Amino acid sequence: MVLLSLWWLSPTGDALDVVSAFWRGSFGTTSAFFSGTLVRAIPLALIGAGLCIAFRAGVFNIGAEGQLMAGAVAATVVGLEQSFGPLQLVLAVLAGALGGAAWAGIAAVLKRKYGVLEVISTIMLNFIAANLVAYLVRGPLQEPTAVYPQTELIATSARLARFVPDSRLHLGILLAAIVCAGAWWFLKETAAGFRVRAVGASPSAAAVVGRVDVPRVTARALIVSGAFAGLAGGVEVTGVTYALYENISPGYGFSAIAVAILAGLRPNFVPLTALLFAALETGALGMQRDAGVPSVVASALEAVVILATLALGSGVLKRSLAGQAA
Amino acid sequence: MTTSDRGESLALELRDISKKFGAVEALTEVSLKVRPGSVHALLGENGAGKSTLMRVAMGIVTPDTGTVSVFGRVSLGASVRSAAISGLGMVHQHLSLADSLTAVENVALGGSGRFDPRHVAERLRAVATASGLEVPLDVPVKDLSLTQRQRLEILKALAADARVLILDEPTAVLAPAEVRDLLAWIRGFAANGGSVVLVTHKLREALSVADEITVLRRGRVVFEGPASGNTEASLTRAIFPEVPTSRNVAAVSPGEEVVAAKEVSVTDDRGVVRLRSATFSLRRHEIVGVAAVEGAGQNELLQAIGALRRPASGSLRLPGRVVVVPADRHRDGIIQSMSLAENLALRGVGPARGRVPWSRVRERTRNLMQRFGVVAPTELELAATLSGGNQQRLVVGGALEEPVDVIVADNPTRGLDLNSTAFVHEQLRAAAAAGALVVVHSSDLDEVLSLATRVLVVYQGGVREAGLDRDRVGGLMLGAA
Repeated sequence: MVLLSLWWLSPTGDALDVVSAFWRGSFGTTSAFFSGTLVRAIPLALIGAGLCIAFRAGVFNIGAEGQLMAGAVAATVVGLEQSFGPLQLVLAVLAGALGGAAWAGIAAVLKRKYGVLEVISTIMLNFIAANLVAYLVRGPLQEPTAVYPQTELIATSARLARFVPDSRLHLGILLAAIVCAGAWWFLKETAAGFRVRAVGASPSAAAVVGRVDVPRVTARALIVSGAFAGLAGGVEVTGVTYALYENISPGYGFSAIAVAILAGLRPNFVPLTALLFAALETGALGMQRDAGVPSVVASALEAVVILATLALGSGVLKRSLAGQAA
Repeated sequence: MTTSDRGESLALELRDISKKFGAVEALTEVSLKVRPGSVHALLGENGAGKSTLMRVAMGIVTPDTGTVSVFGRVSLGASVRSAAISGLGMVHQHLSLADSLTAVENVALGGSGRFDPRHVAERLRAVATASGLEVPLDVPVKDLSLTQRQRLEILKALAADARVLILDEPTAVLAPAEVRDLLAWIRGFAANGGSVVLVTHKLREALSVADEITVLRRGRVVFEGPASGNTEASLTRAIFPEVPTSRNVAAVSPGEEVVAAKEVSVTDDRGVVRLRSATFSLRRHEIVGVAAVEGAGQNELLQAIGALRRPASGSLRLPGRVVVVPADRHRDGIIQSMSLAENLALRGVGPARGRVPWSRVRERTRNLMQRFGVVAPTELELAATLSGGNQQRLVVGGALEEPVDVIVADNPTRGLDLNSTAFVHEQLRAAAAAGALVVVHSSDLDEVLSLATRVLVVYQGGVREAGLDRDRVGGLMLGAA
């Protein structure tokens, strides 16, 4: 059916054209795969792993996009300094994580002090973050020539190494793998991770039988997921864009929600689902470029997958939350 | 549409109902006949099939074979709506009301078409007056007491023209005076031509109110007949092949003081003072029974001793190892979606650091299953798959797995059959003998009295020492000087 609709939408009326354009855009060529799909999968995996932790704790952090922006800003500020020396890269990436954590921290404080639902506050903070970036790249952080609404390039010592010749693939992919593995281990093996799962599954039982400080666990889960999103922002700046500008994220923070849910909130499956969504996005771009399928169709296709994921997801979610073996 | 083959039409007739869940035969050719204007008690231990049978009657569960007829009409296609249309209503043990909605809104939830609050309120008020069940209609359900919520559930069924009521363990959460009121109401409802199926564990209640009794054991009818001529002993023999006896342990003299409260006041979630200036001293080896009618402040007392709620004022000294067996095991006691091992790991995980020693936890769970008789294929089984009795054994086992200083048990045998109840009692007595202080509250006064070595009565926020005399304790619960 998807193929049929593609055929119908294709200006040349050739479905095969569209499919092959999709394939070339995502997996088909080395450059598409290494510079496009894999590079896009990195922030999706980083954010997705963090969202697994938040969602498992029953915290609906919809603000990863804003937290990513906050992280990108923090990483850019550190990256623009010229005097940090060899540790600058590490500092810039860490600053990204801190920026994201702080941005999520606002929602955490609002929740604890005033009982503001995180679903509302994190969405609102997304808008604030986007406008903050828009202001910064036209004001305090704008490049010296003041032509484009973007910052200067960050110092070379603040850039993540690219290790596949002629591609944009950067070391962030290792970081993403480590973060996913770490999140998986955290949830499965540690007492703190178990508290997260218990609080998500039954806050009252966690409090009564487990003597768990539930508000504290949910606040921390929210902040940790913000840190992961901020890390993704830092990694985008130091690994891909080298500068801050508006629209630095094509909605990674939102796609990552579907990435986490499709993975059944299991961080060990996040790399796979992140890759899938990255391929979907790059493939859609390829269709637009090569087969003339308009970008609207590309985003519609993405939305269909996200909706289907969510529809299936409720089942997946139930099953995965239905306690995996210890 | 067929009529019953008997001359008179029965209010509710279940004929030859069989139901298998997987390989488990939950019901085997069970028949139940409820005459109009009668009270029919359905007895049996946990897992005997009572709930399943009633769910079949309500159209929640579709039987493999057999038919359900209400007033002679065979219900076609199982659905709750068709059950309601045919005049059948059920009040579940775990009440199912929307907390933030008012009584009127809750009743309107089940309806269809336009929501006209005045119309629903009028109807409800008429039904309430006619039935004698008074409930405040305009306040959110969360501000109603359990008794009022239960009345509301009954009203909800009556407002939908139910002439046959199924009440599942309706007295489990009620104080003795409230139980008497409810049983009297049931008799009156039947006297006016209504029919009631009373699902219960409490033989005394069944004998006092029922016209007819059916006993299920392992999904089969093992007794059916008029209530008159039966005794608690005869019914116990029908329910259980062997009669479990409650073993009275020789009283151990109290040990050192472990809980000392001086002028302790405790507030509830809304900041209302529920316990006022309570002063008491509790010692090891004691089984302290807490007796109170609902809402007298016993919840706050138990939560304070259980270290779940800080006193608003006064000094309360507690030892280090305090465990709680909560009243609502579904909400507070276990996590249904987690395995048995994970549920055991949950206990006291709040301050834990580092890794969870899963292989050790699993081993502990296996030992616990053996020691406390939790029946499950493995320790990785989900808690949700266990029967109520097994879940409670898991909760109690988790609490008593290791020696503790204080165990606070709130209605620890709620909804359990006699065997499981005896088991829990035995464990609590053993814990006290081993040196723990046991604080136990039950809405069943006889249970408190059978366990306790001393009794504290809570009345309107005040705590008073009472003896073990039933009349004295009952009097204090109702405010006697």
